[in-house]
Amino acid sequence: MKARVHVMLKNGVLDPQGEATRHALGNLGFDKVEGVRQGKVIDLQLAEGATEADVTEMCEKLLANTVIESYSFEIQ
Amino acid sequence: MKAAVVVFPGSNCDRDLAVAFEQTGFDVSMVWHKDSALPEGIDIVGVPGGFSYGDYLRCGAIAAQSPICQSVVEHTKRGGYAIGICNGFQILTETGILPGALLRNAGLKYICRTVGLKVTTADSVFTQGYNAGDLIGVPIAHHDGNYYADAETVKALQDQDRVAFSYTDNPNGSVADIAGILSENRRVLGMMPHPERAADDGHGGTDGAAVFRALQGIAATA
Repeated sequence: MKARVHVMLKNGVLDPQGEATRHALGNLGFDKVEGVRQGKVIDLQLAEGATEADVTEMCEKLLANTVIESYSFEIQ
Repeated sequence: MKAAVVVFPGSNCDRDLAVAFEQTGFDVSMVWHKDSALPEGIDIVGVPGGFSYGDYLRCGAIAAQSPICQSVVEHTKRGGYAIGICNGFQILTETGILPGALLRNAGLKYICRTVGLKVTTADSVFTQGYNAGDLIGVPIAHHDGNYYADAETVKALQDQDRVAFSYTDNPNGSVADIAGILSENRRVLGMMPHPERAADDGHGGTDGAAVFRALQGIAATA
């Protein structure tokens, strides 16, 4: 069983790395990029019996800092 | 007076902090991150700067889950004193002892230089050696020192006079120029600048020394 966790800075929290990437894309001539937000993808290899609630708890306790980040995940 | 300095893999200001405590008159114990308890009778815990666990996942995130940090949380819940500097501040926010979080510097660069700070409140054991409004110079050395908290939290910090230090010329994008904050009971200080690196004539400045000097009275009040 696998879970893929996406962690992103919350809307409204400045993402200077995303902003720098947006500038770089603009410099390359990609002038239709209006915004870039950068995040993390964390793949979890889980033993049988792990539940969605377990993954939620992992996200809340460690994988995301919910002061600044939001998370979502899919179980595969 | 007893102080404990927590040491993580990747801490690099632990000895500087220990020296600052020693010069103040503390007996200092270095406490390894795998230890599950603080030594008996500790008056103050210092969480030092550095790059604990290589800043993996987020600065301070892994350290905050270490066995010793659970003891630090309990120490502060009992009303114990603690100071977290730089990575130590990041760790204290990750444990939830202090509100907010530290983001990547707005300019994306690692910044290592002395910056101007305003002492925003003298009403804490850490800042009582200053007058509110004093301007001091203290070094910063961080990549992720951009303090963030939502508007409500920032307002609460300001209304409760819990901003300890603010930048006179904001180097990293911190909200409301915040450089250091106090816990609700004013016994925990987290700050990005390094007062322990401005605490001895050999450092080229002693503007941070008052943070430690003022701690001499805490054994009586703890």
